[in-house]
Amino acid sequence: MDIIVAEKIHKKFKLKQGQQVNNNGVISDEIEVLHGFDLKIKKGEFLVLVGPSGSGKSVFLDLVGGLSSPTSGVVYLDDKPVEAPSAKTGYVFQQYALFPWRSALSNIEFGLETRGVPKEERVKIGRELLSLFGLSDFEDRFPYQLSGGMQQRVAIARALATKPEVLLMDEPFAALDAQTREILQNELIRIWEGTDTTVIFVTHSIDEAVFLADRVAVVTARPGRIKDIIEIDLPRPRNGDIRSSSEFAANRHKVWGALKAEVNKAQQDWKLAPVFSE
Amino acid sequence: MSEELAVQTEGRQKTQVVDFSAYVKSVTPFVEGLKKWSSGIPLVLLFFAVWEALPRLGIIDPLFLPAFSTTIQTLFDLALSGKLLLHVLVSLQRAAAGFGLALLFAVPLGFLMGWYNKFERYTDLFVQSLRNVSTFALLPIFLLLLGLGESSKIAIIFYGASWQLLMNTISGVKSVDPIYIKAAKSMGVSDWELFKKVILPASIPSIVIGARLGAKIALMVVIAAEMIGAKSGLGFFIQNAQFNFMVPEMYAGILTLAILGLMVNYLLVWFEKKTTSWKGEIGSSILG
Repeated sequence: MDIIVAEKIHKKFKLKQGQQVNNNGVISDEIEVLHGFDLKIKKGEFLVLVGPSGSGKSVFLDLVGGLSSPTSGVVYLDDKPVEAPSAKTGYVFQQYALFPWRSALSNIEFGLETRGVPKEERVKIGRELLSLFGLSDFEDRFPYQLSGGMQQRVAIARALATKPEVLLMDEPFAALDAQTREILQNELIRIWEGTDTTVIFVTHSIDEAVFLADRVAVVTARPGRIKDIIEIDLPRPRNGDIRSSSEFAANRHKVWGALKAEVNKAQQDWKLAPVFSE
Repeated sequence: MSEELAVQTEGRQKTQVVDFSAYVKSVTPFVEGLKKWSSGIPLVLLFFAVWEALPRLGIIDPLFLPAFSTTIQTLFDLALSGKLLLHVLVSLQRAAAGFGLALLFAVPLGFLMGWYNKFERYTDLFVQSLRNVSTFALLPIFLLLLGLGESSKIAIIFYGASWQLLMNTISGVKSVDPIYIKAAKSMGVSDWELFKKVILPASIPSIVIGARLGAKIALMVVIAAEMIGAKSGLGFFIQNAQFNFMVPEMYAGILTLAILGLMVNYLLVWFEKKTTSWKGEIGSSILG
């Protein structure tokens, strides 16, 4: 069963006054980020989006999250068009986006507050999640007192607090160092494997994509659409050891094969950019 | 038996250690702050010494600049008689009233101007025009329109203190990181919740700085207003002493003003730290 269906999505952004972009020789003051983007996501699956920079992966997450609307086309969540942020989705950002004036526990309570959950219940849920991420001793700490890895754990806990059916993760580990990143990948997969949450995860790291995903969707260079979907046939539950297996390498190779041409195309685009601007 | 005793002692020692470290933790920042603060004392003492020496050595006529010790003596006499306190309280009361009104007016207006671009478009020119007229230049107008009573003084203080508060509230609202707004919206906040739980706390640091500057301006304006048209207050006291050639009293009044300003500043710095403790320390000490 598909929980999310995106049909013929187009998304254009108007550039600021005086700015222009060259789309294959056509000068325009609009930039098209998604062009005919179709994607179906199954309930409970872990779908990873990979694609070159600027291919509209994050824009697609915003559409699913109801934070922005498509220029044309529809995104369905549980068969209903997404028009505003839904109680069924949770969002994790690359920049953590924790509220610096709230403690770790209070950050996790935020989404529950807006849903009118009573204080006692909020604290109970918050503490459970903190302990799930090994942060029980840090509930009263403010974000500036936590490391990047801890902050992102709190941010994931905050998104999970409302028990979302769909978790949107926009390069959540990109700002972390390599070791912390791997540890958090392991934690995420451990926690996710015990739930039936659907995850849409954006990353630039192929290793990360292969390790986490049920399916990896490769997005083309801008304007983005789905180029290829690769099933990752690694067994679950997965742990860190799987990264060094030959199956892992084979999957990695498949994803990179689909992605390579798009990355090159995007690079060409950037290389030509100064020429256009003259 | 002895084992039991050992355990007991150990237990007691432990508690003591914990208590002590907690005590040290709570006191250390204050002591550190005091240490940093005290490094500023020698220069002040040097200033007082020069002040003492100049009239005593006959470099400046003591009639125009009484020695520091004379001034301090006068200050003590005035303080003991209760005369000075009355003037200080009157000035503080006026400053507080004007500043309070400025808070009630400028902060809500700042939120409106910072959040609603359209509202700002219609009001900005008017606000900027008013803001750039010197408060002191307007003093006579306030006196003409509102008379010599309390209202004219409170009004001019309100006017002077409002702008910094307004500007800081606007910039506070405008500089809220969009990622916080995005995060809050992704969790389904209503507009009111977005304001109360994100915009307001995120702009507090900027508003508090505006309040600090506004309070300083209020203190400055109250003295000026009292010098022009008042029968009480520290500004009146200093002006009156000057007119009646009570030179030591005049200097004592000015010294009081300095002490008052210093105290208000420390109070506001403390308040700023208190309200923005979630930002973490950026160098400076508890005493600012």
